[in-house]
Amino acid sequence: MTVTSIPAPTKAAPGTKEPIRERLAPYAYIAPFFLIFGVFGLVPLLFTFYVSLFDWNPIGEHVFIGLDNFRRLLDDPRFYNAVRNTFSIWLLSTVPELLIALGLAHLLNHLRLRWAVFFRMSMLIPYITSVAATTIVFLQLFDRDYGLLNWLLGRVGIGPIDFVQSTWGSHILIAAMVAWRWTGYNTLLYLASLQAVPREIYEAASVDGAGAWAQFRRITIPSLRPVIVFTVVTSTIGGLQIFTEPLLLSQSAPLTCGPVRQCQTLTLFLYEQGFGQFQFGYGAAIGVALFVLVVAFAGLNFFLSTRRRTEK
Amino acid sequence: MKVRKIERVRWWTYAGLGLAALISLFPLYWMFVVSTSDTATARKQPPAVVPGGNFFHLAATVFETVPFLRALMNSLIVALSIGAGQALLCSLAGFAFAKLRFRGRNVLFLLVVLTMTVPTQLSIIPQYMIISKLSWVDTLQALIVPGLASAFGIFWMRQHLATTISDELLQAARIDGATTWQVFWRIAFPLVRPAAFVLGLLGFVTAWNDFLWPFVVLKSPEMYTAQIAIKALQNNYDVDLGLAMSGSFLATIPMLILFVFVGRRMVAGIMDGAFKG
Repeated sequence: MTVTSIPAPTKAAPGTKEPIRERLAPYAYIAPFFLIFGVFGLVPLLFTFYVSLFDWNPIGEHVFIGLDNFRRLLDDPRFYNAVRNTFSIWLLSTVPELLIALGLAHLLNHLRLRWAVFFRMSMLIPYITSVAATTIVFLQLFDRDYGLLNWLLGRVGIGPIDFVQSTWGSHILIAAMVAWRWTGYNTLLYLASLQAVPREIYEAASVDGAGAWAQFRRITIPSLRPVIVFTVVTSTIGGLQIFTEPLLLSQSAPLTCGPVRQCQTLTLFLYEQGFGQFQFGYGAAIGVALFVLVVAFAGLNFFLSTRRRTEK
Repeated sequence: MKVRKIERVRWWTYAGLGLAALISLFPLYWMFVVSTSDTATARKQPPAVVPGGNFFHLAATVFETVPFLRALMNSLIVALSIGAGQALLCSLAGFAFAKLRFRGRNVLFLLVVLTMTVPTQLSIIPQYMIISKLSWVDTLQALIVPGLASAFGIFWMRQHLATTISDELLQAARIDGATTWQVFWRIAFPLVRPAAFVLGLLGFVTAWNDFLWPFVVLKSPEMYTAQIAIKALQNNYDVDLGLAMSGSFLATIPMLILFVFVGRRMVAGIMDGAFKG
């Protein structure tokens, strides 16, 4: 047998037959993932579609009703309200979050920066703080009567703003929590990508007289494009799943995030219908709607990012 | 290579980064301040910005109101199992995908990558139905077992195994008569242990902080994780403003201690696992 250019580590020496145990080993190593994902990921996903076709009471009857849950959903103002709230919170958090992360990564990407480890580590503190704890402390900071923020705003003659009861206020409050949590994490992702850009490019630009802003726009942004697309996708998927913040926001009506559903997100709406009202079928239909939104967004993003690449 | 002139750092770089650090750290400091103050102090205008002397009183109330020590233990059990389990299972699967040849390898790996893009939260109702069919409602394994599968972890470990371990090394071991398992356990795993550790760490933190799934499957206070205990404490908001805050702070302390020791490795891990386009 001649020496092959690609080493084949698991091939047995010529002439000997591999024992069955050895041949099955790779499958055994990947089996736990597929087993667990199958039972707790894939089957539930498929089952969501199935359950959504039923009037499904967890302790009572299951009646097949075809697409009635979807008809009802498309007529339900609470659904559109939840969609609006979800997108509003997503936009209010993602845009500032990613812009600030870009700026911070740019600032951190400096060879002579002192306390670089401290800055990087402090930015990850929000990420290790739980969403529940974050919500509790932000509720206090943004409180209408006793919050530090309203006190500061009062000093400059604004407010007090009711961040829990008002629609915009509650969206801003939730967006602030989301952005606080993820800005540092995204900064580190951007920074890692930035460090891969050769410094000579910046130097050459400097020599050519490009200022800091021109360097940021012409070098930093283009070289980060792939990771920017990645963070937009992950924060979109994350944004569609916001749940804990709105649940903990309103103490009087937690499942609707307030008496007039001013900050009820899609995932919270799903939870309310499924586990608050025990309408598993209708809840599953909301899950299907979420799935459609995720796929649509992933497709849109894929379309936009490939088109931009071919244009170049 | 000739010595390059490196531009000096401007003051506004420090101003910007300092402000970001302040905003990142302040809410935690505030959590501490409120959880050491009595309600009257916490409601003072302007707000008190230094810690009070009420910490132990509030902490004691937290432990009386809900079984908080039990909740911390439950969180620890769940997070440790998930962290260690993910580190091991993902290394094993990553090893198979990176270094072993078998039929269907590429298709199966593509499947793993695809599963990363679908958020599983939307199928939470059938997930609950399966858990209740297994009679796992209100148990910790309902949190642990589903948490063991991590597509991202497999993807990540595969990358590390593919780049850090040469095929020649594994082939040499083979020629010496090592079985596949021995190759993994004696050679491959020790070499990627740092990466597996960071993966386990991220799994630990995520599991410790998880809310929605424990909120759905846990029913009795003795089974609560720390996060669900915080929610229970919040229901007593009217009784004492600082109670939920104190619980939040107590539930965050273990993460902060962990972060002091391994925070640098977490930062490096996130930057290293950073998306490579």
